[in-house]
Amino acid sequence: MKKPLQNMPESALRLVTVFAVFIVGTIVVVKFVIPPRFKDTKIQWADTVKTEVAKPVRYAGAVACTECHDEIVAEKKRGYHRDLSCETCHGPAMAHTEDPDNIKPSAPRDRKFCPVCHTFNPSRPRGFPMINPVAHNPMQACFTCHNPHDPKPPTVPRECSACHGEIARTLSVSHHVQLKCTTCHDVPSRHRVSPRVVKPTKPSSRDFCGKCHGQESPYKGSPKIDLATHGEKYVCWQCHYPHLPEAE
Amino acid sequence: MMDRRSFLKKLLSALALSGGALGGFLRGVPAWGQAKEEPAGKLWGFGVSVDKCIGCARCVVACKTENNVPKEPFFYRTWVERYMIPRTGEAVVTNIHTGLAPEEEIPSRPIFRSFFVPKLCNQCAHPPCVQVCPVGATFSTDDGVVLVNDKTCIGCRYCIQACPYGARYLHPATDTADKCTFCYHRLDRELLPACVEVCPTQARVIGDLNSPASPMTRFKRMNKIFVLKPNLNTEPKVLYANIDGEVR
Ligand code: HEC
Ligand code: HEC
Ligand code: HEC
Ligand code: HEC
Ligand code: HEC
Ligand code: HEC
Ligand code: HEC
Ligand code: HEC
Repeated sequence: MKKPLQNMPESALRLVTVFAVFIVGTIVVVKFVIPPRFKDTKIQWADTVKTEVAKPVRYAGAVACTECHDEIVAEKKRGYHRDLSCETCHGPAMAHTEDPDNIKPSAPRDRKFCPVCHTFNPSRPRGFPMINPVAHNPMQACFTCHNPHDPKPPTVPRECSACHGEIARTLSVSHHVQLKCTTCHDVPSRHRVSPRVVKPTKPSSRDFCGKCHGQESPYKGSPKIDLATHGEKYVCWQCHYPHLPEAE
Repeated sequence: MMDRRSFLKKLLSALALSGGALGGFLRGVPAWGQAKEEPAGKLWGFGVSVDKCIGCARCVVACKTENNVPKEPFFYRTWVERYMIPRTGEAVVTNIHTGLAPEEEIPSRPIFRSFFVPKLCNQCAHPPCVQVCPVGATFSTDDGVVLVNDKTCIGCRYCIQACPYGARYLHPATDTADKCTFCYHRLDRELLPACVEVCPTQARVIGDLNSPASPMTRFKRMNKIFVLKPNLNTEPKVLYANIDGEVR
């Protein structure tokens, strides 16, 4: 019996040899010559985590300021701006904490700055203090009246519209325009100082609106409905927004 | 004599028995054959309270500064959308860039409901971007953050296309994909991500989802939690509270 290799034609044998050398060569190159860093994603990922972690920090974080500006930190903690970070207003200050004498963060003294947060905007959440910067004490920088680190309004705001601008605007174009907020809400004076803690009352029954809209109501100038049948299953404000009551 | 059927039966049951016995034996030797149970490491999660966002875009500004994101619009690691929902018809969604433009503040059309929605990379547990990357340049870390290896990224933009949240962009300086990393370099130094640091209303929180003592635990306990596009089964780790059904 002849060996199978000797059965092969010479040309085929050569081809097989070439291929064998090529394949072995490739395996050797891939396995031993190319460093693992180039082919193993696990190693590459570990490297990426390392470079990511080594990236420089620009915002030092509110805790870092405590060390040298403890008075301002303590002052701010008591006021309305307690949740603001120092760097929200003063910008990134990592460089300053490392070299406080030569690198100073800027202080936003311009009137354009505070309105970034405080301009009236109907998309902002309910009760957020907003002003119209064009009308609100123009010509003077905000910090001359409001301490930026403890921004109490110099006087307690008289108008509900200071914080409820959206509702005040809505009410002013509604049929209820001549009603005061306090007709329908009992507002403890502390609400203007701690609005989230002390809350005003809201009407709670159909009879409240019935005072002016019931058929027996002595109130003049208000359209009357039959309390017993009109939308009987629901309270009135499930159908009529009280700050913009529309009959149609 | 054994026929073929009963032989196969016996063989199978013998295999099943010996397999069970081997399995039981392996269970008795925990260190061998099974990985030892490690204490669960960190798993970063992010909470967004939509009802607290005032749309000041300080987060966008801080993110761009901290992470070298180009200042021009259209490059964002995090951004803020303004939703304006008319009484009838489609919601109008605008990106407020690095702050509200004055002319944008009061819309021409009457709006029914309006609010801001902060967006960022959702750090999905099943990230489509990782699946499509042809060179394994993007991956999930053990603590649940999706990173990009900018040394092997070839800038093919598959991941940018694949991301259902539009959270990735091609960095014009490096021509590689870039995205939010939860400020991985800051987390490593026990600092808050830049956007969380500067948020004035705690609309953004971050924490370890595996730890019982973490802001995320309270966030999940006290709120009804939503994620964006849940039907895609990406399992985002950015959780939203008090979000409107209109948000896409
Ligand atoms: C190592 C101490 C140190 C730390 C930490 C530090 N500062 Fe300062 N800071 C100083 C000194 C010193 C001055 C200069 C005071 C002066 O000129 O009266 C200063 C001044 C300032 C000023 C005023 C600049 C001006 O134009 O007058 C600001 C704003 C400020 N720091 C903000 C910060 C913030 C924000 C942080 C936290 C990220 C911080 N600092 C952390 C030491 C520090
Ligand atoms: C709402 C934005 C705002 C925040 C938040 C804020 N600052 Fe200021 N800060 C200002 C403005 C505006 C001025 C300039 C006030 C002035 O000139 O009277 C200022 C001035 C300063 C000054 C220099 C003047 C001075 O009073 O000594 C320092 C120092 C300072 N801030 C540190 C801090 C630190 C520390 C924090 C964090 C605890 C902080 N600021 C938070 C807006 C802010
Ligand atoms: C990054 C956003 C932001 C910036 C910038 C900012 N504020 Fe505020 N401001 C707030 C928040 C948040 C509150 C707290 C609101 C609350 O309690 O609901 C607040 C509260 C206030 C209040 C108290 C309102 C009240 O309820 O009586 C005043 C006054 C005020 N800020 C003035 C300023 C001034 C002046 C500046 C500029 C130096 C400024 N703010 C800059 C976010 C900001
Ligand atoms: C001349 C002093 C003065 C200046 C300057 C001034 N304010 Fe006021 N601000 C007041 C007074 C007084 C009130 C409270 C009474 C009211 O509602 O008008 C107030 C109220 C506010 C309120 C509402 C707070 C609340 O509890 O209702 C905000 C917000 C506010 N100011 C922000 C600003 C900003 C931002 C600037 C700069 C663009 C500024 N103020 C400039 C005096 C001033
Ligand atoms: C200093 C800012 C401020 C002023 C001034 C203010 N409010 Fe409020 N008001 C708020 C905030 C903040 C909330 C809480 C919003 C929330 O929790 O969602 C609130 C809530 C309310 C609520 C809802 C309470 C509830 O249980 O849902 C009513 C009603 C209300 N205010 C009426 C008034 C009236 C009427 C006035 C004027 C007399 C007034 N407010 C003045 C800030 C203010
Ligand atoms: C006709 C009576 C009436 C008047 C006038 C009125 N309210 Fe109300 N308000 C209500 C009723 C009723 C509710 C409860 C609505 C509900 O639960 O759907 C309410 C709810 C509210 C709320 C919480 C819900 C919301 O819409 O945000 C606020 C804040 C509020 N009122 C503020 C005001 C302010 C500020 C004014 C004056 C500008 C005012 N209201 C005038 C009847 C009134
Ligand atoms: C103090 C009296 C008073 C109270 C309380 C009052 N209203 Fe009215 N309301 C009026 C008056 C006056 C008008 C008519 C104003 C006009 O047409 O100029 C009116 C008008 C209306 C209209 C008709 C608007 C239209 O399109 O014609 C509705 C609806 C309405 N109110 C609902 C309510 C509801 C709901 C409440 C309870 C939350 C309420 N009102 C409480 C005085 C009141
Ligand atoms: C189920 C929804 C619903 C409820 C609840 C409801 N209303 Fe109405 N209301 C309407 C509709 C619809 C109209 C307009 C058609 C009509 O005149 O009946 C209207 C009309 C009115 C008008 C104007 C009538 C006129 O002649 O112009 C008044 C005033 C009014 N409602 C007050 C109330 C008061 C007060 C309550 C609570 C006691 C209340 N509504 C509860 C649906 C409701």
